[in-house]
Amino acid sequence: MRSAHLAAQRDEEHTFALAGAEIVADPSGALYWPDERMLVVADLHLEKGSAFAKRGVLLPPYDTASTLARLAGVLLRYAPRSVVALGDSFHDGDGPRRMSSVDETTLRTLRGGRDWIWIAGNHDAELPRDLGGSFAASLAVGPLIFRHLPLAGVADGEVAGHLHPVARLSQRGRSVSRRCFTSDGRRLVMPAFGAYAGGLNIRDGAFFGLFGTLAYSALMLGEQRVYALSAARCFPD
Amino acid sequence: MTVLERTALLPDRFARWFAGRGWTPRAHQLELLAEAHAGRSVLLIAPTGGGKTLAGFLPTLVELSGLHDPPRAAGAKSPSRLISTGHAVRREGGLHTLYISPLKALAVDIARNLERPVAEMGLPIRIETRTGDTPISKRQRQRRDPPEILLTTPEQLALLLASADAPYLFGSLKRVILDELHALVISKRGDLLSLGLARLFRLAPDMTSVGLSATVAEPEELARFMVPQRGDVSAARADIIFAAAGAPPNVSMLDTRERLPWAGHSARHALDEIYRLIETHRTALVFVNTRSQAEAVFQQLWRINERNLAIALHHGSLDVAQRRKVEGAMAAGLLRAVVCTSSLDLGVDWGDVDLVINVGAPKGASRILQRIGRANHRMDEPSKGVLVPANRFEVLECRAALDAIAEGAQDTPPLRIGALDVLAQHVLGCACGGPFFADELYAEVTTAAPYSGLTREDFDAVVDFVATGGYALKAYDRFARIRQDKDRRWRIANQNVAQRYRLNVGTIVEADMLKVRLVRSRASKVMPRGGRLLGHVEEYFVETMVPGDTFVFAGEILKYEAIVEDAVYVSRSAAEDPKVPAYEGGKFPLSTYLAARVRNLVAHPQEWRELPQQVREWLEIQAWRSQMPGSAELLVETFPRANKHYLLCYPFEGRLAHQTLGMLLTRRLERARLRPLGFVANEYALAVWGLGDVAQRIDRGGFSLSELFDEDMLGDDLEAWLAESALMKRTFRNCAIIAGLIERRFPGQEKTRRQVTISTDLVYDVLRSHQPDHILLRAARADAATGLLDVRRLADMLSRIRGRIVHKALDHVSPLAVPVMLEIGREAVYGEATESLLAEAEAELVKEATQ
Repeated sequence: MRSAHLAAQRDEEHTFALAGAEIVADPSGALYWPDERMLVVADLHLEKGSAFAKRGVLLPPYDTASTLARLAGVLLRYAPRSVVALGDSFHDGDGPRRMSSVDETTLRTLRGGRDWIWIAGNHDAELPRDLGGSFAASLAVGPLIFRHLPLAGVADGEVAGHLHPVARLSQRGRSVSRRCFTSDGRRLVMPAFGAYAGGLNIRDGAFFGLFGTLAYSALMLGEQRVYALSAARCFPD
Repeated sequence: MTVLERTALLPDRFARWFAGRGWTPRAHQLELLAEAHAGRSVLLIAPTGGGKTLAGFLPTLVELSGLHDPPRAAGAKSPSRLISTGHAVRREGGLHTLYISPLKALAVDIARNLERPVAEMGLPIRIETRTGDTPISKRQRQRRDPPEILLTTPEQLALLLASADAPYLFGSLKRVILDELHALVISKRGDLLSLGLARLFRLAPDMTSVGLSATVAEPEELARFMVPQRGDVSAARADIIFAAAGAPPNVSMLDTRERLPWAGHSARHALDEIYRLIETHRTALVFVNTRSQAEAVFQQLWRINERNLAIALHHGSLDVAQRRKVEGAMAAGLLRAVVCTSSLDLGVDWGDVDLVINVGAPKGASRILQRIGRANHRMDEPSKGVLVPANRFEVLECRAALDAIAEGAQDTPPLRIGALDVLAQHVLGCACGGPFFADELYAEVTTAAPYSGLTREDFDAVVDFVATGGYALKAYDRFARIRQDKDRRWRIANQNVAQRYRLNVGTIVEADMLKVRLVRSRASKVMPRGGRLLGHVEEYFVETMVPGDTFVFAGEILKYEAIVEDAVYVSRSAAEDPKVPAYEGGKFPLSTYLAARVRNLVAHPQEWRELPQQVREWLEIQAWRSQMPGSAELLVETFPRANKHYLLCYPFEGRLAHQTLGMLLTRRLERARLRPLGFVANEYALAVWGLGDVAQRIDRGGFSLSELFDEDMLGDDLEAWLAESALMKRTFRNCAIIAGLIERRFPGQEKTRRQVTISTDLVYDVLRSHQPDHILLRAARADAATGLLDVRRLADMLSRIRGRIVHKALDHVSPLAVPVMLEIGREAVYGEATESLLAEAEAELVKEATQ
């Protein structure tokens, strides 16, 4: 019965409950909360390319444009009333000043007509205020609390970023790694959204520390949908 | 010039030395001496054991002896006199001859071998090596006070050229000797060497070159590589000397009494016979094609080694110290056999080897001949080789190779077109050496044969890449690595750039390797530490394993315990049935030439007489049950089996090209709603299976095989696949590293790779969608044409078989199909993107949860 139900869900939204809130895990890596018309993205790491370039590693300077274009797509689909950028939105505090004027305009347009909350991350604790939007260390809405760094210990309703979760499967002798949402139904760690953001395997000790057991699952990002797998089924690096 | 006149070029002391050892100078040695004396560049083509290396050094030794040209010799004896050239100083004497070898071990070995005649004849010549192992103090001294003869590698040459004193060091250079040139020119190292050579010719315009090579298909191409090319004159090239061929090799195929396996590469059936061969010879080299085969064969031989013969193992993943130990024991004559991979294709002379056994497919006629030449490094005695096919198809390939050897046919690959990523590395190196004008550097670079066709546009794009990344979006001007000064000369932006160049020079990009450390099996959860280093394995091999899995490595069955940072910890295991290690290495595709011969052999029953009876019967049953593919045709068979429909084809183009074909065919079958499920390829054939019935669809019309195999699959389908192909991403990564976009090593901190690097897969995705014509993507596509994807070969095949597809609809599997069908389940199954694997894993989980 259930498998038929899941198969029918192909290409549809993956809705799940977190501390009582019904939320949608989008295959782009964004989280949507329909009741609040709120969209959450974590770890955009905008201007990571230019941060590397400053150190002499001339990565293609298209990461900001690429990240913003994907974000624009999600915003168009959900038309949220508010957007929460869950920290490390820029690779460093200087990032906004290195942004090209085109990217700046894109970001301003995306922000237009909706609330935009920059949650402080460890990379971008001090963002220039002329960026627009509002700034916060964390944000509590109903049963959920949004912050960049997940707290140690029990944290019901927490939505955090920072760890860049990636799940790895080995199937038919092939290994597949994808970014993923990680949750035990009580707290959630979001995948990184940025084009150049790396990843940390969900079997790493950092996740075990948060969830206490292996009883958490991964929602792996696919092309059209997310795939739900238990952490125990995933492989460590 | 007569022989007598040539002999006259050899000073008495040399002639006496030869005589004292009971040797007569060989004709080609004297001929080379005469050519070099006349100031010509020379390519010497000689079989192994022909005194090739001594021939290469003879002109230099004679010139430096002071016995041949007295006025010049006076200067040579006081090598530290400085001479003003007006705007710089040059040293009288100085570096005379630079020797370049593909292996640093070979350079060291040759230096040792040269010391002997030099000492015995009392020649005033200093000979030194320079490799990655040379201490810094010695390297600095070598720049200040160079020896007369320096032996080194292409990478070290690049480093020497990238410094301000290169004109001083190389200004006196008279000769460059390029050893094992046939092996150097086929890779990106050859590209790097060609650019270094172009620079040397500019720094020392009177320099000549001596090339030493095994027999190749196109010696003229190698001869072109050795001298500067000028666009306006027809291809300049070195003179070529062919040494008299040695005794023809004595090569045969093992005529096994056992049943020949249908598939597999272990040659388990023939191990007893291989053991008998080892027993009845002094020393045998047992070559295999992959490291995993080496491990398997070594294991099996020891299992039946009742006489405890000294049999050793040698392959590129083993720890260096371990390899040196084996080489030492070999040289000392302590071993009866070494099971090895291409790690022993080149290198040190071992006179005692009297038998070469090649287990598995020969892959190429020239390649197998060079391997067999490792037996008996004395030219007048025939080398003895035995080919041991591991399965039926390999019997055909061995037969084709034997025929090719008998005819003296060669199938070495054509000369490369210089890679753009290597050029980028060279351009940065040039800037590190001193400021340059783009016009002058372009002129210099195009004198290198692989780059003689380089357009100015591409050159400028490479310079732009080196400066600011070469992006259409000009975002990085302030971060430029090289900039133009007011005279429009390009200079490095700061010294940090040069330091980083020096840390990252070279074109050999290792797959990400993990150390293998042996520890005791772990009862507790304590993280393992320490442990003896056994060698290195590719990270992607370890990725397919879970703790507890067993595999064979370094001759032992090991259990995977854990991975911590850059090491895999393993313990000894008593497991009987270890997982076959899938780590790669030494996987060459079947040469185009040999493939054509195999197709021809299969197509002509009158030639089957030479084949073992069981193979002949196999082919005869195929002809009866289905049909034999003609030499110019492509046979496609379809048949149902266990609720699935199979499509088999036999292009004989090598596994890599077949894999690419498999990827593209499954995309097309998907689009035709024939619901393909997977495919598997071997060197000769490709099998695709799915739920849809291809034969039925053809019967109904509206679908044809000529459409399915149409060349247009190399357009959009290929592009779409390349977007997500892991092989393409690996290819891109190599280019990004060689070109210097991503650094392997950083000055100062010794961080692990995981901490500092950014995933090149992410960079690939972003670059591909924003600037698909970027120079690095072009470089990666050029590599894909011949490398891991072998697209060019696939293209040639598709055009060859156009209008020549023969379809045979069968009720069940044909005899010819059996070998590749047996690979199903053994090899990783490739399929459409990873998406379906995710869905499958999810569905399995749901099933487990609901049952």
